Amino acid sequence: MTALAVLLRKPLRPLRGTGRADLGAWPVVAGLVLIAVVFGSLNDRFLSAENLTNLALQMAATGTIALGIIMVVLLGEIDLSAGSVSGLAAVIMTILYVNRGWEPLPAIGVALLGAALIGLLHGWMFTRLGMPSFVVTLAGLIGWQGLMLYLLGSGGTINLPFDGFLARLSDTWLPAWASWLIAALVVVARAAGGLVNHRLRRAAGLPVTSLAGVLLRVGGLALALAAVVSVLSADRGVPLLLVIFGALVVILDLVLRHTVFGRHMYAVGGNAEAARRAGISVNRIRLIAFAAASTLAACGGILAASRLAAVNQSSGSSDTLLMAIAAAVIGGASLFGGRGRPYAALLGILVIQSITNGMLLLNVDSSVRYMVTAAVLAVAVALDSLARRGQPR
Amino acid sequence: MLSAHRVSKRYRAVQALDGVSLDLPPGEVVALVGDNGAGKSTLVKVLSGVVIPDDGVITQDGDPIRIATPHEARRRGIATVHQDLALCENLDVVANLFLGDERRRWSLLSHIRMERTARDLLASLDVRIPDIRVPVAMLSGGQRQSVAIARALVGEPRVVILDEPTAALGVEQTAQVLDLIRRLGDRGLAVLVISHNLADVRAVSDRIAVLRLGRNSGDFRTAESTPEAVVAAITGSTAEEAHP
Repeated sequence: MTALAVLLRKPLRPLRGTGRADLGAWPVVAGLVLIAVVFGSLNDRFLSAENLTNLALQMAATGTIALGIIMVVLLGEIDLSAGSVSGLAAVIMTILYVNRGWEPLPAIGVALLGAALIGLLHGWMFTRLGMPSFVVTLAGLIGWQGLMLYLLGSGGTINLPFDGFLARLSDTWLPAWASWLIAALVVVARAAGGLVNHRLRRAAGLPVTSLAGVLLRVGGLALALAAVVSVLSADRGVPLLLVIFGALVVILDLVLRHTVFGRHMYAVGGNAEAARRAGISVNRIRLIAFAAASTLAACGGILAASRLAAVNQSSGSSDTLLMAIAAAVIGGASLFGGRGRPYAALLGILVIQSITNGMLLLNVDSSVRYMVTAAVLAVAVALDSLARRGQPR
Repeated sequence: MLSAHRVSKRYRAVQALDGVSLDLPPGEVVALVGDNGAGKSTLVKVLSGVVIPDDGVITQDGDPIRIATPHEARRRGIATVHQDLALCENLDVVANLFLGDERRRWSLLSHIRMERTARDLLASLDVRIPDIRVPVAMLSGGQRQSVAIARALVGEPRVVILDEPTAALGVEQTAQVLDLIRRLGDRGLAVLVISHNLADVRAVSDRIAVLRLGRNSGDFRTAESTPEAVVAAITGSTAEEAHP
């Protein structure tokens, strides 16, 4: 790089490198506001408490699968089998629970364990056999769907008892006081964390963001949570499904940002060779990521089965997978690896599900819906690619 | 002091190193120069544990040692900064400095301890980076090179090996990095710099070791040598006179 090239690049500096990370999640939030305004003005039911509650229910399952997708996308890999694995895990759980009469929790445990082993198998084929993750998980996409259909047999559909634990999972609504309590606890925890960090940084003589900034962020979070809780409590209450999904997002984000494992995930995604030379066990990280992706896909599949109160031959069909990948990318996870946070799954699935939901309300044909979703996905990936192209080397 | 004595390495038909010796005393910046294929890279690989020599001895403070892996080299206090830097561009400066060696409590990252150490280390090296919390992708080439060098120092090594540290840099950034290398020597570290650029070598080194066709072909005190003598040792035109 000559000095001239550096000079020429300088005006572009704010645009390059982390690109969207500089703007944070604001482009997606702006998109959400736009969606809310457009659909809200076209149909007055879109922003009603009832519809927003439905939206929250609809996004939990696919959003959880998108969380798993983010785990592999962070490494610059892809998991095309997430949809099939979600369907397979749901079927395994249902067969054990309904046909074999197991207790629900062991049935869920076995389904999750099976999914983790499937993920490890994918990871093993990727790391040891050197197969591209695209091909490994494409085989998974077909193969695990095949196994699911085989297990379902000729019947094709197994219903979950309506009064059972699993069906009730998606029909449980938090009373208003519980929702407010959880929201308050989250805000207090976030504020305490922010203040303690501020204190410790000051004590260590490190530059600190102003206390007002910390409080502003906590205030923003409080406002957002209060809005969600008050809207959802105006209808049936906050769905348990949304709490589960939200908890998974927060936990995964904390793990990725504050543990050695999380740091190594980003390192492998950014530069696997550098990570290897730094003594990081790259293959171990990859195995864990693939196992986590499949396990989270299974969680999503179980949530979807709970919502449908059944599993059938279209459980975890290809639509699920594409929505999950689109959600991860739209939310801001880079397909090139190393960039993105679990919140991308939350934001991305909100965007996709809002569009889907709004168009269904407007009675728009599914053909148009697919095209609009595709356009949103294309724009998100284009932004990602442009941000990457701006990077040096 | 780290020393190589009569080290040889053969790759099939190619004798990459043929009885090469090199001393790296503490506090001295030694430049290793030579034409392409002279054996510079192989010698570096021997010292950094990437390649095991066929013959010869490596000694540290007079005791013969075996450096079989890069990990072992690091454990013995020999840090290598490769030409490609091996930084994770998506991570910030602090994360890169401690990559693979994160300060932790149980499995939780000690963000504040790492950032404090990082700032102290960079300040002690007089490396100026406006914001060490931005991804390395946002830094200039010179800043990245400085980060890579600083990273080598996190493990508190006694020997630092730098492979072509200025090859990709502009004039001003080269000057900054050469300053940084000088400061490593002033800290009492043994420094080995591999370079093609004789102007840089003369600016930074105390001693110049020349390799030619896998053999020692000259060893000069930089201050007492002439550029012509060094070039002669590299090309071999009047190698006999250049030999000390």
